[in-house]
This record gives sequence, structure tokens and C-alpha cells, in this order.
Amino acid sequence: MVDEPTQQEAIRAAAEAVADRLEDEKEYLTELDSAIGDADHGSNLARGFRAAADAVDDEESTPEEQVKKIGVTLISKVGGASGPLYGGSIMSASQTFDEGVTAESSVAFAEAYLDKVKDRGDAQLGAKTMVDALTPAVHTFKKSIEVDELPPLTAFAKATAAAERGVEYTVPIRARKGRASYLGWRSVGHQDPGATSTWFIMQELLAVAANYLDGETDVDARSPTIPDETPDEVGDEA
Amino acid sequence: MIGLVVVSHSHKAAEGICELAAEMGGDPPLEPAGGDGEGGIGTDAERIGDAIAAADDGEGAVVLVDLGSAVMNAELAIEMTDANATIADAPILEGALNAAVEATNDKSTVDSVLEKAEEARTYRKTS
Repeated sequence: MVDEPTQQEAIRAAAEAVADRLEDEKEYLTELDSAIGDADHGSNLARGFRAAADAVDDEESTPEEQVKKIGVTLISKVGGASGPLYGGSIMSASQTFDEGVTAESSVAFAEAYLDKVKDRGDAQLGAKTMVDALTPAVHTFKKSIEVDELPPLTAFAKATAAAERGVEYTVPIRARKGRASYLGWRSVGHQDPGATSTWFIMQELLAVAANYLDGETDVDARSPTIPDETPDEVGDEA
Repeated sequence: MIGLVVVSHSHKAAEGICELAAEMGGDPPLEPAGGDGEGGIGTDAERIGDAIAAADDGEGAVVLVDLGSAVMNAELAIEMTDANATIADAPILEGALNAAVEATNDKSTVDSVLEKAEEARTYRKTS
């Protein structure tokens, strides 16, 4: 297990990396959102994550407190539906890090985050939302850790690859939730901005994690094994 | 008295609905929480939380919402407050009018205001 000062440093580095990436992707995300939403996803997220990175730039907070602070800051700075979805879910899931960031607590965080997003957004798989990127990512991460017993970095790399497949899946399907759902069939053929930003965030978390952990980062979401046992169910599947 | 909070993506809509509800219902504590807090269209959990605190005199509050993020931000605001506040599953305007009338009844409770607000779900405009 990585010691607590290193965890704190990694969380600060991750918050910075995500803030920088979303700033770089601001126009692209807004372009995606202008096709099927209200054209504010990029700027809202970039502003929020910049404030979140600034908010954790201290050395006193525990990892749990840092992650909670990121969530609380996003709630107040992002607004719209992304504020409660990203910020509220991070805030709520942060308690899984009460004993620090480990492979096990990271799986618990991922599951708690997905559950909260689904609950808050009342969205199931296939509604053309961030749930479509998160679900394959969380399932792949959980199985890679708990069944395949891969190194945590490799497991997270597979999860990130799984999120990318989820993002691609949002393109050809019709929106059932969020602003895009009002467009009905016109939403088909457009990539979901929330799924896309979720994948971008995971890519940055992976890049930062690679500075602290050993393992592969260039892997496919495919699994090398057929499990003997099934992990506990993640959430309630539609 | 039970307080009422009106959450709309539009600041003007929230203000206007409060204005109409106050005219119908006498003078219950009515707080608009509209817009993103920066003059734009949207909803904001902190703003809603402040409105709940302002509307609640200790007996609780009922929150009327328009759509999408208004529901999510209102839920989040309620989770972050100690006040006894509940979202009405009702159309925002008709629900607010019903709620305002019930809230000015001395014996009203959060549940009774909620029930009146939610009666508005079945209202028809033509028949």
C-alpha cells in the first residue's frame, strides 16, 4: 500500500491533471454538448475542476477529506446537472476512502460512485449518459481486481479502455435521459458529452497513477480469464 | 408555517411563480431559487439550500421544481440541510399555487402541503 503522504500527493496531482485536461478539452466537450445539450458541459466542468484542484492544494487533509473537498467544490462551481452528478457522487463516495486509497477501497469508491450517479440521475444503462461509460469501467475494474487479481494499475487501465467502449456505444443510441432526451431520434449519431468527460477524467487518473504504481497501461478491456466465481453484483442492473 | 421554495432554471420564472402563488395563497414563506446564480439559465444546489433555510421557520419546507437538474440540485440541497424539506412530485406552477393555499392553513404540515401540491398532477387544461 502506498503511504498516506504519497496518496495525498497523488490526489493533488490527479486533481491538477484532470483540471488541465478538461481545460484543454473545453471546446471539444462544448461542441459535443451543443449538438444534443445546452452547450455548457466543457466550460462548466473546466471551471469546476480548476476550482477543485485549487481547493485540495494543502497538505493537512486526509485522502478522504481531499476527495470530499473535490466533490463539494464541484457541487458549488459546476452547476447544472453535472454539479450534482459529478460533485454529489464524489462527495458521497469519498467515505469509502476512510482508511486510505487501496485497490479494495478504490473498487468500493467506483461502485459507490456509479450507484450514486444512477440514483441521482435516475438513469440506467443504455440511456446515452455517463452511466454508459461508467458501468463497463466499474465492472471491468472490479473484476480485474477481485477475480483476475491484476495489478491495480493494469486493472485501472482496462477500466479506462472499457470506458472508451462505453463512450463509443453512446453514439448510435437514442437518448432517454437528460436534455438530449428531448431531441428524441435526433440524438442518434451524437456522442454523449458526459460519457466523454468521464473517460477523459479516467485517462488522467490513469496517467497519474502510472507515476506511483507498477503495471501495464496499454491494455484492452478484454479479459484473460473466465472467472470461477462471480463478484458481488454492482448496483441494480436494468 | 410550512415554507415553500420554487426552483426553476429561470430566475424570472421562479420569481413569477412565487408572485402568483403569493397572490393566491395569502402570505406563506415563499422563496424563489431560480437560475444558476450568475444570471444564467440553470439551477444551483447552494442557492436552493439558502432558499430552504430562508423559507423554513422550523416546521419544514416543500420544494417545487421544474425539470432535470432542478430535481437533482434540490435533492442534493435537501441532503445537505438539517431542515425537514421534501420535493413535491408536481407541476411547478399549479403545485406552487395549491401548496401556497394549504401552507397558510394553521394546521398544515409538510405532508399536507405535499399532498395538496401533488394533487395538481392530475389537473387537465381542457376536457
